[in-house]
Amino acid sequence: MDLSPKQSSPSESTRFPDEVLERVLALLTSPKDRNAVSLVCKDWYTADSWSRRHVFIGNCYSVSPEIVARRFPRIRSVTLKGKPRFSDFNLVPDNWGADVHSWLLVFASGCPFLEELRLKRMRVTDESLEFLALNFPNFRALSLLSCDGFSTSGLATVATHCKNLTELDIQENGIEDLSGDWLSCFPENFNTLEVLNFSNLITDVNPGVLERLVSRCRSLKVLKLNRTSSLDRLQRLLVSAPQLTELGAGSFSEELTLQQHAELKYAFGLCKNLSVLSGFWDASALNLSAVYPACSRLSFLNMSYTALQSPELASLLPHCPCLRRLWVLDSVGDKGLEAVGANCPSLEEIRVFPTDPFDEDMLHTVTESGIVAVSQGCPKLHYILYFCRQMTNAAVATVVRNCPDFTHFRLCIMNPGQPDHTTNQPMDEAFGAVVKACKKLKRLSISGLLTDLTFKYIGEYAKNLEALSVAFAGSSDLGMQYVMEGCSKLKKLEIRDCPFGNVALLSGLERYESMRSLWMSACNVTIDGCRSLAREMPRLNVEVMKEEGSDDCKADKVYVYRTVAGPRRDAPPSVLTFSGL
Amino acid sequence: MEGGVAYENGLNFKATELTLGLPGSGETEGQGGVRNNNKRPMPTPETNEEERMLCRAQIVGWPPIRSYRKNSLQAKNSEGEASGMYVKVSMDGAPYLRKIDLKVYRDYPELLKALEAMFKFAAGVYSEREGYKGSEYVPTYEDKDGDWMLVGDVPWDMFMSSCKRLRIMKGSEARGLGCGV
Repeated sequence: MDLSPKQSSPSESTRFPDEVLERVLALLTSPKDRNAVSLVCKDWYTADSWSRRHVFIGNCYSVSPEIVARRFPRIRSVTLKGKPRFSDFNLVPDNWGADVHSWLLVFASGCPFLEELRLKRMRVTDESLEFLALNFPNFRALSLLSCDGFSTSGLATVATHCKNLTELDIQENGIEDLSGDWLSCFPENFNTLEVLNFSNLITDVNPGVLERLVSRCRSLKVLKLNRTSSLDRLQRLLVSAPQLTELGAGSFSEELTLQQHAELKYAFGLCKNLSVLSGFWDASALNLSAVYPACSRLSFLNMSYTALQSPELASLLPHCPCLRRLWVLDSVGDKGLEAVGANCPSLEEIRVFPTDPFDEDMLHTVTESGIVAVSQGCPKLHYILYFCRQMTNAAVATVVRNCPDFTHFRLCIMNPGQPDHTTNQPMDEAFGAVVKACKKLKRLSISGLLTDLTFKYIGEYAKNLEALSVAFAGSSDLGMQYVMEGCSKLKKLEIRDCPFGNVALLSGLERYESMRSLWMSACNVTIDGCRSLAREMPRLNVEVMKEEGSDDCKADKVYVYRTVAGPRRDAPPSVLTFSGL
Repeated sequence: MEGGVAYENGLNFKATELTLGLPGSGETEGQGGVRNNNKRPMPTPETNEEERMLCRAQIVGWPPIRSYRKNSLQAKNSEGEASGMYVKVSMDGAPYLRKIDLKVYRDYPELLKALEAMFKFAAGVYSEREGYKGSEYVPTYEDKDGDWMLVGDVPWDMFMSSCKRLRIMKGSEARGLGCGV
């Protein structure tokens, strides 16, 4: 990048001292604004480099740690994402990569002021956690989401050595849970914690230790307990920490005496600042009523780990007048969703997960009626994730007519290739309606029986689309071509089990360098196609994951991403890397 | 292992063939336990064989639920199994027993419907005075004391905690019990 200054000798009136420039730029926090600033001229590039405090790296292989450390030596906070999203669904081999260790090694000398590390889908070992705890004296906040490779021993080293820890957020990881002793590793006088989320863990922590820790940490705002935490413990913790803004309860099914119930309800009543509520594994209807006093300011309710029935949800919702985000299981049924429509006028986001994703039993499910009922009562809806077993084109059209402001529309009809169940037609018109009505649509996941027509609609109307997820859809290469030609803002494209081949892959040639990544699995792409792509576009990494026993020429899983770091050197043998360099 | 009934020498081997499917159903995949037989509508004839195969088999990574959430649900289900109330169910004349989890049912009508579907019989109409009328099949259970009782006589919760096994009686033996002592 050649950045020559606009003037060779800047005049007095336009030259700021560096410190002032840095101060001004520090007020800009959005990464997009910062990126724009850095392109103005060399001085501004340098000022941005010195004053940048936070870096977001959406694909850890798009850049090397050395490049990051060299450009931003004073960063305090790093967010790193690793594996492709489909690794969440077991489509990526365990040893694929995205190990954080090499980043930590470089940062230890290059960015020693690092305070916060947020990792998603990265491999993190206990060794790395120990290295982190010992080499970054100012380290304060660790967040691990969907990571794997570490155990509770790693957490113990963090608790032991990070004297100023304010955040420990362990979510949805593949963690080896050896014991609950890690919590006891916080020193007796340690009191800086503001966020503690250990809902991921199964083994019980020492209750006395937890209670003492919570009572010491007067700034604690977020507390998310694990499943084995009893109601008794919860009650005591709430009394001790009524200042909480986010609470994750533990298991909620114990039988309580009248006295215990009253005490629990009282404890919840003390919490006047709760805006987020989650956890509640196996909540019983009776126990749930203890929660009501804490719900008046609730904006986010996550009940997706308990099979709530419709009457329970209908009783709970009237207590949550400010609700903006709701996550539930489909056990609530269409009736439960009617209650949502009736009680949540401010709702902006709803996610309905399946209770039994692999059981075709129709008893526990939601249908097109449910989603329509929600849309009728919640005009501000802009985010939906909906797992169902049946849907109609008409229902989806109604939903987007009621709620044209969708930014995220993710519909999963769980039976692959299922048509509209009333007309037996493909679901093309449903998604056509979505892209035509929702001009602000940024993320779309499609499902059901879909022909190339769906993709034609997407390419023609979804001009703001940034992320598209496709499975078991399309009739020919044309489908993918429509999208590659029409969606100029596309950043992420994931495709599985579609009849798209090399022609489709290569139709996106012009597009991939402005995208974060492309995933194609179980499609018709061949190794030769991947080689061609790599040859034409040297700044892309083209990787193929081979499955055992597949034909030599088939590219079973293809992962393509832009990078300034060249082909990666840590790929396992099952991953072939093609490069034009 | 699909398709119709095969008769050899007048014997219906299919009927006594041991499978993991429900008695009377020949097509289900081998997955034991209680299943509601309301199968979702099959793909239209236009969808090809491959797609139909996909629909039946469990596909890797589908539906797209995060491993963490899947494991959480499974842990819940297996916890349920461990503390579930599994009882054996026999029917007079049937070649083998079944096992059901009583916790799955909310009340007697649900339980009876499931038993009727499982063993392909009709239980008749229950009344406190006359037991099950209109059928030669009578659902009974053995309680904690070892006595054989008529299903439906005691409140559901009491039944749940005292039922050790179920037996669907047939014929004269049944009528005796159904007469309400």
